[in-house]
Amino acid sequence: MTGILPIILVTAAVTAALRFLPFLAFPGGRKRPRIITYLGTVLPYGVMAMLVVYCLKNVSILASPHGIPELLGVAAVVVLHLWKKNTLLSIFGGTAFYMVLVQFVFCL
Amino acid sequence: MDKKTISLAFRASLPVLAGYVVLGIGFGVLLAKQGYGSFWAFLMSLTVYAGSMQYAALDLISSGASLVTTALMTLMINARHFFYGLSMLDRFADAKQEKPYLIFGLTDETYSLLCGDVPEGANKRQYQLFVTLFDQLYWIAGSTIGGLLGPIIPFDTTGLDFSMTALFVVIFVEQWRSAKTRIPALLGLGISLGCLLLLGPTRFVIPSMVLITLALAALRTVLEVKLS
Repeated sequence: MTGILPIILVTAAVTAALRFLPFLAFPGGRKRPRIITYLGTVLPYGVMAMLVVYCLKNVSILASPHGIPELLGVAAVVVLHLWKKNTLLSIFGGTAFYMVLVQFVFCL
Repeated sequence: MDKKTISLAFRASLPVLAGYVVLGIGFGVLLAKQGYGSFWAFLMSLTVYAGSMQYAALDLISSGASLVTTALMTLMINARHFFYGLSMLDRFADAKQEKPYLIFGLTDETYSLLCGDVPEGANKRQYQLFVTLFDQLYWIAGSTIGGLLGPIIPFDTTGLDFSMTALFVVIFVEQWRSAKTRIPALLGLGISLGCLLLLGPTRFVIPSMVLITLALAALRTVLEVKLS
């Protein structure tokens, strides 16, 4: 039975190692393979899509409510953002709408 | 200290404030249920500072998992941070003594805020530092409060954590509108959805990250033309 403190220390050390590794592998400003610079430019686009999927990973399409609140919530954020182009409004408006959906509309 | 930069950093961090306080409280409450009060929540949020990993660590702590299991689990869940670092090499190139902290604090949310452009009129180094610092303060505050007051929260917060999803969706839309090519975004979406369907929610992240990176590398000649 491992105690909480060793678990915290190992978790912290491995997390920090993963975060520092790219900077240790490619030190010294801008001298590095071009492929790395290229990946640094294009990866954020791919990663952001992955993070959206990651946030919604536990939504079940098969079980009720079939991911409908999440779909409507995401749609609300997208529409609000294309319409008003105000980041805070899109996020808080979309979240409030989603909370109403899961607390009052789809509360099965 | 540039007041305008601090206020711009604070504004940018507001969506994370909502998400981190709620998710942090949730974490603090769950940890307290295992008999570890707010001090432990505070300590973990100060030293580990990785949301999804701290939630996963709850299981490790309750089962008294071995340190090897703990290390492997952390490696699997947080490997994506390695890829975040790759895309921040240039963006953190001007950072000096604050650089280790910027790297340490590079969570999903902080990454999503810092991989965009620095707002007009902001001092880049201070902006990056304060966004990182504000985000961690929200997370520490949330988890510590969760440890203290969790069981007596006065209103139903179900669904409030959707603010995190909303943040990523907004950034995705912004990138979609401004990108010179939408192929990387579409690749990211298609590959992660495919991996999620094939491998399930607990195992899709690492294969997705590897495949996205490989696909982008393979399309380099095509994409570099479109980007230039």
